[in-house]
Amino acid sequence: MKYIDEYRDGRLAMDIARQIVATADLVRSYHFMEFCGGHTHAISRYGLEDLLPPNVRMIHGPGCPVCVLPIGRIDAAIALAMRPEVTLCTYGDLMRVPGSDGSNLLKAKAAGADIRMVYSTLDALRIAEAEPNRDVVFFAIGFETTTPPTALALKAAIAKGLGNFSIFCNHVLTPAAIQNILESPDVRKLGTIKIDGFIGPAHVSTVIGTEPYEFFAEEFQKPVVVAGFEPLDVIQAILMLVRQVNDGRHEVENQYIRAVTVFGNEKAQAEVANFFELRESFEWRGLGEVPYGALRLRPQYATYDAEKRFSMVTPAAKDNPACECGAILRGARNPADCKLFGTVCTPDTPMGSCMVSSEGACAAHWTYGRLREKARQADAGRAVA
Amino acid sequence: MCLAIPVQVKEVLPDDMAKVTLGGVSKIISTALVDDVKVGGYVVLHVGYALAKIDPEEAERTLALIREAAIGDAA
Ligand code: SF4
Repeated sequence: MKYIDEYRDGRLAMDIARQIVATADLVRSYHFMEFCGGHTHAISRYGLEDLLPPNVRMIHGPGCPVCVLPIGRIDAAIALAMRPEVTLCTYGDLMRVPGSDGSNLLKAKAAGADIRMVYSTLDALRIAEAEPNRDVVFFAIGFETTTPPTALALKAAIAKGLGNFSIFCNHVLTPAAIQNILESPDVRKLGTIKIDGFIGPAHVSTVIGTEPYEFFAEEFQKPVVVAGFEPLDVIQAILMLVRQVNDGRHEVENQYIRAVTVFGNEKAQAEVANFFELRESFEWRGLGEVPYGALRLRPQYATYDAEKRFSMVTPAAKDNPACECGAILRGARNPADCKLFGTVCTPDTPMGSCMVSSEGACAAHWTYGRLREKARQADAGRAVA
Repeated sequence: MCLAIPVQVKEVLPDDMAKVTLGGVSKIISTALVDDVKVGGYVVLHVGYALAKIDPEEAERTLALIREAAIGDAA
């Protein structure tokens, strides 16, 4: 398929990997964090880590909006869906995210809650139009990529006078989270993670552009390369990062220039700004409270704000204490370091959010990395024997 | 969750909608977030909305750079 297959050429990927080996300085190590779950998925799926020399390592960041949604918000959504007048519409990714006490939206649905999986906010609007006697709530989640579609749904609902449509807003902001990773005291507690540069998100950046990363490049002196999600995109971005480190540069470079501009999609940004404002603070699962890390509806749209309309409360809920998601989301630990990984916690029985979404670090490692690790261990065993 | 895919625009429809295809499957999507959507062009599709247009020249240039990187340039 055009604009996909060309960027999956395995032979080219190997050639670039050889260039990385040739370019990386043997006496130093390079640690790059891919912030976005889309990259984590690509790295695991195409085995890119195997192509890299041992001194170039990838750290999987927190960048999956499903993974960072706190348990209390899931509990609140379930409680809302249990109300007899409410129809809760949600993206499929959210259905199996564990709330507290082993609950999730799928189980709530089985127990009789009216929960409908939608592909698009357009579907949620259609349901609200077709069923005027139901209170249709869209469970909105996602980074900057998914916020503009929520804004447009709100705009359409207002234009159509849909009084039975509202939004449970859980939209979060990428730059705030990157900053949190670099600055939070928790990171120090979890052990310092050496990060020499970032791969910037692909589709988030189609909306926000490359400009917001200039701050990190400047303030934290870290190079950022915004990259597409295909394997060649990622491996080229790694080479670009290695070169920046070698040259002592810390610039924002754009590998995904075919879809990302400096200032992004300004039309989308304007729609978002019309309907949303910053929350002073919002809890991210694994990262704790992130200042200005999320959005809420502007007060003039309170009737469309499910939190206000249904006086929703977000219960304080704790993750399973054995779950290492917090450290994994910050790149301080690897999925295989978690005691629950692959035993109690699998994609069929996720304990933590990193195992739920296919873009989560634990799920990606379960699907693609696990067997590789076994093969590596077997190889090592043979080498010793 | 943030994954989006390049799709080709087959038909521009009224009310900022368009018909697109991906690997032979067609879909109606919203193009309200991008300007000047043209038949034959490619857009990045995410949860039913076009988020950005794909610039064919930049796509070519990226591939050229990748090929260059693969043989190792002077840098
Ligand atoms: S394996 Fe499961 S329990 Fe362990 S960190 Fe990952 S998601 Fe959490």
